Amino acid sequence: MTTLTTPFLEHHKRAGAKLIEFAGFLMPVSYAGILAEHTAVRTAAGVFDVSHMGEFEVRGKDTWAFIDKLVTNRVGEAEVGQAVYTPMCLPDGGIVDDLLAYRFEDRAMLVVNAANIEGDWAWVNEVASRFDVTLENVSDRIAQLAVQGPRAAEIFSGLVPDAALDLGYYRFTGVQLWGTPMVFSRTGYTGEDGFELYFDVDSADRVWDELFKAGAKVGLAPIGLGARDSLRLEMGFCLYGNDIDRTTHPLEASLGWTVKMAKPDFMGKAAMLAAKAAGLTRRLVGLAVDSPRVARHGWDVVKDGSVVGTVTSGTSSPTLKKSIAMAYVPAAGTADGTEYVVRSGTTELPARVVPRPFYTEASHR
Amino acid sequence: MTPDGLRYTKDHEWAKQDGDLVVVGITDYAQGELGDVVFVELPAVGRTVAAGESFGTIEAVKTVSELYAPLAGEVVAVNGDIAGEPALVNGSPYDKGWMIKLRPASAADYDALLDAKAYSSLLASHGA
Repeated sequence: MTTLTTPFLEHHKRAGAKLIEFAGFLMPVSYAGILAEHTAVRTAAGVFDVSHMGEFEVRGKDTWAFIDKLVTNRVGEAEVGQAVYTPMCLPDGGIVDDLLAYRFEDRAMLVVNAANIEGDWAWVNEVASRFDVTLENVSDRIAQLAVQGPRAAEIFSGLVPDAALDLGYYRFTGVQLWGTPMVFSRTGYTGEDGFELYFDVDSADRVWDELFKAGAKVGLAPIGLGARDSLRLEMGFCLYGNDIDRTTHPLEASLGWTVKMAKPDFMGKAAMLAAKAAGLTRRLVGLAVDSPRVARHGWDVVKDGSVVGTVTSGTSSPTLKKSIAMAYVPAAGTADGTEYVVRSGTTELPARVVPRPFYTEASHR
Repeated sequence: MTPDGLRYTKDHEWAKQDGDLVVVGITDYAQGELGDVVFVELPAVGRTVAAGESFGTIEAVKTVSELYAPLAGEVVAVNGDIAGEPALVNGSPYDKGWMIKLRPASAADYDALLDAKAYSSLLASHGA
């Protein structure tokens, strides 16, 4: 398979990025270094190229009924201008992907993970066959930049209408910025205030250059996938493929708040009701690891000498200066302070359950 | 940044003659590839290592890597400072970020290592 690129590749190279292949795309993993980039987002603002993400548009008379069947959260009753975070499940409750559903007047836009574009597209079309909707995969036509950090809004002050800067969290609007029509969305994956911008790939060069000019006053920095991971992990946000996948369901992933059992029907509802009735066997929790070392994806979680769970994500938290992780542990052992050992080979590190988010001072509103 | 007067390995360790001893660390290229170092595990003083043998591990935010001895010898000192401040490896790879001091089994081994010019050519072949 050939490696795909985003429209910003040359800009990444010019900014000194270290590039890696991720989800089939050549992407920046870091520029100045993960710690420096992480700190830039927590204290000022940073830009992430997230153009590798996929976008599907849904139109037609059954649009909202279809989406409410497709995903676990409630999108049909959302307001125009609202974005909804939701898992999308198989009938057995396994998570196909987690995504953002944008409610426009005349359509929906589903923003999906890059690694899942193909699988999602197949699944969405399969479910859609029973509805009067038209689907379009516009992933190749849309560039996406995430501008995140406590000073993100300052960058756009005077450039977009005040109403756009007054948007609540998970609200969006259309704006004209630098001669480019774009979706201006107060969303993100860092816990900080900030915006995600969606626009035509043909405007990519202009938007990148203008954004960095406007951002110079707050020290706007380009941010790679490395810091994207450490930032989301400090917030305890799930990463598809690490913490959730087709073998996990939203209830055990502690995403119960996104599962609206009051909806008449949705993919995975019966399976999740049954799982709930039978009692969950495992749950995703946050762990504080008592070591400078990092517990990584796939490490065992051990209690009294037996393997009882699995680490799904881990990092050395740049803000908290602590080793943190997420792991599936037995549902009976999720109370704060519950002690485990995380293990890989002969390396064993003590860990205990702590509340998420790990970092509680983030600026989002 | 590849200082003259040091010796190097293809695994991106450097070695520096210090009297009878040889000081060992990782190169600037290596620390750059690893990224921010969060943990370094060093051997006990007194341990003997073979050339190319793993003498410890280095862990960065995104990855873990082995540390390999450039030559055979006995570990006579380890840098305790990097346990408390692993970022020294990133900030000062050839000086404050040194890792171990070896008493070489054979003094001739040092001269067999890559010199700065040979190591620079190796890096060039990596596109660095």
